[in-house]
Amino acid sequence: MQDSRTPAVSMRNITKTFGSIVANRGVNLDIYRGEILSLLGENGSGKTTLMNMLSGIYYPDEGEIFIDGKPVQISSPKDAYDYGIGMIYQHFKLVNVFTAAQNIILGIDSHDGKKIPKWNKLDLQTASKKIREICDAYGFDVDPDKKVYDMSVSEKQTVEIVKVLYKGADILILDEPTAVLTPQETEKLFNVLRNMRADGKTVVIITHKLHEVEEISDKVAVLRKGEFIGQLITSETNAQEMTNMMVGREVKLNIDRPEPKNVKPRLEVKGLTVKSEDGVVKLDDVSFTANTGEVLGIAGISGCGQKELLEAIAGLQPIESGDILYVEDDGSKTNLVGMSDLEIDAKGVSLAFVPEDRLGMGLVANMDLVDNMMLRSFRRKGKIAGFTDRKTPRDLAQKVVDELEVVTPGLETPIRRLSGGNVQKVLVGREIAMNPTILMSAYAVRGLDINASYTIYDLINQQKQRGVAVIFVGEDLDVLLELSDRILVLCGGKVSGVVDGRTADKHEVGLLMTKVGGGAVG
Amino acid sequence: MDKTKKEPLIHITKRKMISKKREWAIRLGSILIALVVCAIITTLTTHLNPISVYASMIDGSFGSERKIWALLKELSILLMVSVALAPAFKMKFWNLGGGGQVMAGVLATTSCMILLENKMPSGAIILVSLIAALAAGALWAFIPAFCKAKWNTNETLFTLMMNYVATQLVAYFIIKWESPRGSGKIGIINPNTEAGWLPVVAGKQYLLPVLVAIVITIFMYIYLKYSKQGYELSVVGESQNTARYVGINVGKVIIRTLILCGLICGLTGWLLVAGTDHTMTTTIEAGRGFLGVMVAWLAHFNPIGMVLSGLLMVFMSRGGGEISTAFGLNKSFGDILTGIILFFVIGSEFFINYQIHFRKSHGKEAADV
Repeated sequence: MQDSRTPAVSMRNITKTFGSIVANRGVNLDIYRGEILSLLGENGSGKTTLMNMLSGIYYPDEGEIFIDGKPVQISSPKDAYDYGIGMIYQHFKLVNVFTAAQNIILGIDSHDGKKIPKWNKLDLQTASKKIREICDAYGFDVDPDKKVYDMSVSEKQTVEIVKVLYKGADILILDEPTAVLTPQETEKLFNVLRNMRADGKTVVIITHKLHEVEEISDKVAVLRKGEFIGQLITSETNAQEMTNMMVGREVKLNIDRPEPKNVKPRLEVKGLTVKSEDGVVKLDDVSFTANTGEVLGIAGISGCGQKELLEAIAGLQPIESGDILYVEDDGSKTNLVGMSDLEIDAKGVSLAFVPEDRLGMGLVANMDLVDNMMLRSFRRKGKIAGFTDRKTPRDLAQKVVDELEVVTPGLETPIRRLSGGNVQKVLVGREIAMNPTILMSAYAVRGLDINASYTIYDLINQQKQRGVAVIFVGEDLDVLLELSDRILVLCGGKVSGVVDGRTADKHEVGLLMTKVGGGAVG
Repeated sequence: MDKTKKEPLIHITKRKMISKKREWAIRLGSILIALVVCAIITTLTTHLNPISVYASMIDGSFGSERKIWALLKELSILLMVSVALAPAFKMKFWNLGGGGQVMAGVLATTSCMILLENKMPSGAIILVSLIAALAAGALWAFIPAFCKAKWNTNETLFTLMMNYVATQLVAYFIIKWESPRGSGKIGIINPNTEAGWLPVVAGKQYLLPVLVAIVITIFMYIYLKYSKQGYELSVVGESQNTARYVGINVGKVIIRTLILCGLICGLTGWLLVAGTDHTMTTTIEAGRGFLGVMVAWLAHFNPIGMVLSGLLMVFMSRGGGEISTAFGLNKSFGDILTGIILFFVIGSEFFINYQIHFRKSHGKEAADV
């Protein structure tokens, strides 16, 4: 792709290694003004590392960076700002007890090119004025006096973007900005980005969602395993081609959805209400049924009660009121409310749970594969009473590693050293090994590459065909709509609707996610 | 281009993997460097030959059979406290109350020996005082553990305060039972009847504590590594959320582990009074509750490793004492040397966890430290 203009940013032959890991090797990338570039790649392909070298977090081992054709050294975030580069990270870096304006002016030592004397009075008023100007110019919606802890995720993200613009950045890098947004919020963000493009700013978004690439970007650059694979004009390519470049081989993009067989109720939740420790209602009168041989998707903006719902069913969350009925094959029902998970286990209810926080809840990061497998089995009677049996978990670990193709140096490797996808395979593998009758998973593919994601979808479908009642909490609506038989939508702890996964459309679910409606419950 | 490069001089990166061999090489290297630094400081400040100072330190620890036994006794008592603390620390329960738990055992043992003299045979006193010491140590650990489990109180402050309570109680009973009257101390308990004194095993006065320490250390090694309870407590230490998720009763594990910790500390107190010292003072515990934390931490809570780290501590303190007397130096000089060595040993952990790369001068050589 030839272009006669001088690129705003030009990276030449960039290599960055961490110990023996090569994060980027010989990457060449040109970014032009007035364009939105998508940086596409799977997890671990080096997208964020590459951009971190622009924003001054890392310094390249080899290679050069040019801004407007001039070679530059960016060795700190401050250098990056001096060159007009600003990055919005996936994990927001805001002070919770400060207002938007206070956060935005944090660390700024000059105003309109003039250095602010060190002991000058903090001028929040001028700052607020300037923030409003920026907001009006691009269509942001920020209240400068609102405290960060009162803000929604989307508002926090907006503050981050305004912060970067306030500092005068004209090259903006956004790291997976839509991961935490609803479709409606994403739309809003994209409009803002388009306004910025119109204003001549350069925007880079790091992403692995193809439909977003198609929707927002002018160009797309693909990275794979740290190497630059190619740059395409978005309008001249398609999802299949981009995926193949990303993965390096032909990949089918459809998620299977086998027809449910032998469907009957397995779990009936009735009027479930859960309050957090400080008395905030997290689940409000939630009722639904999960059936055998079916995937029940659960959609909702994060923090709408998904976590509490699964934890309540697993016996990890005190319940205010309501019933959780486990339906046996013969139709008899057991109320699980008030039982600890040990008692639930003793009833013969095999409940597998893949929690959202894999390393903080589902697994122990510092323990090896064997000890992590043992979490579910250590109570079983061993050869000598009181002592752990490591042989069975070792066999299971070996089996999971073999069957799910877990990449690990060995069974004695602490689990934190594994990549996200492999961690998830270990966790899901262990839970499935319980021969569950109910399988609950929260954000099972978050942070996973395409291959690993499809492995997980396959495992879920296998369990569904085995007759397991699957409850799948997801965040990517496209996936939910392709995988689930039915979708339960939660909004603010209430059920705002249950839709059929085969007929529902994204917009409909998106609306249910933001509006508490008294939809049908079934 | 190269001239204008502002590449930082050093990069610090976290190590992904390090071989056991390299790990120990770094540790040994750090001790060697520490010895060299100690030698320089010794020469500069005292004008003594550092080699003879070191020789005298070794002599102070291993110079005679008597000195070796004294070293072993010190090591045993310190090791027991360290081993007692290991499960609590592995569970990330910061038990700074090892000293107080030992003192509780000391007080219980002393009470039994003083109050029961002439009331029952010596063997029975030994048994009763053992049970009392175990119970007292366990109680002293149970109180903060219970409050932690129930109300999530801060165990660091709680256990620390329990130390002062124990020491004050001991101070009170020393005055109450002082002997001879007005001396402000207890003196040797039951000097004539030797009631409640532990028997001397195989003619060696300190053999019994050494044996007990060996048994306790091996027990703890197995307990932490192979038992279900040991597994549970390390899961609780790593992540309470995971523990709850797999149905471990976190509060129960905290209380159970701390009781075990208190039992061993109580046993240590019993050995101190009935076995080696035959008296009770407010300083009988001699800061081992804190020193034990360091010993346990240096060994990464591995009881077998604590034998080595404990030996280092005892060697330094005994050797330090020896050079003070042998060369007429200020008593603090030994502490200075101990401080330097500890600084390097603890500092070496940084180099085990992190790697330092210097800026490449030419070509591709990157120096590792």
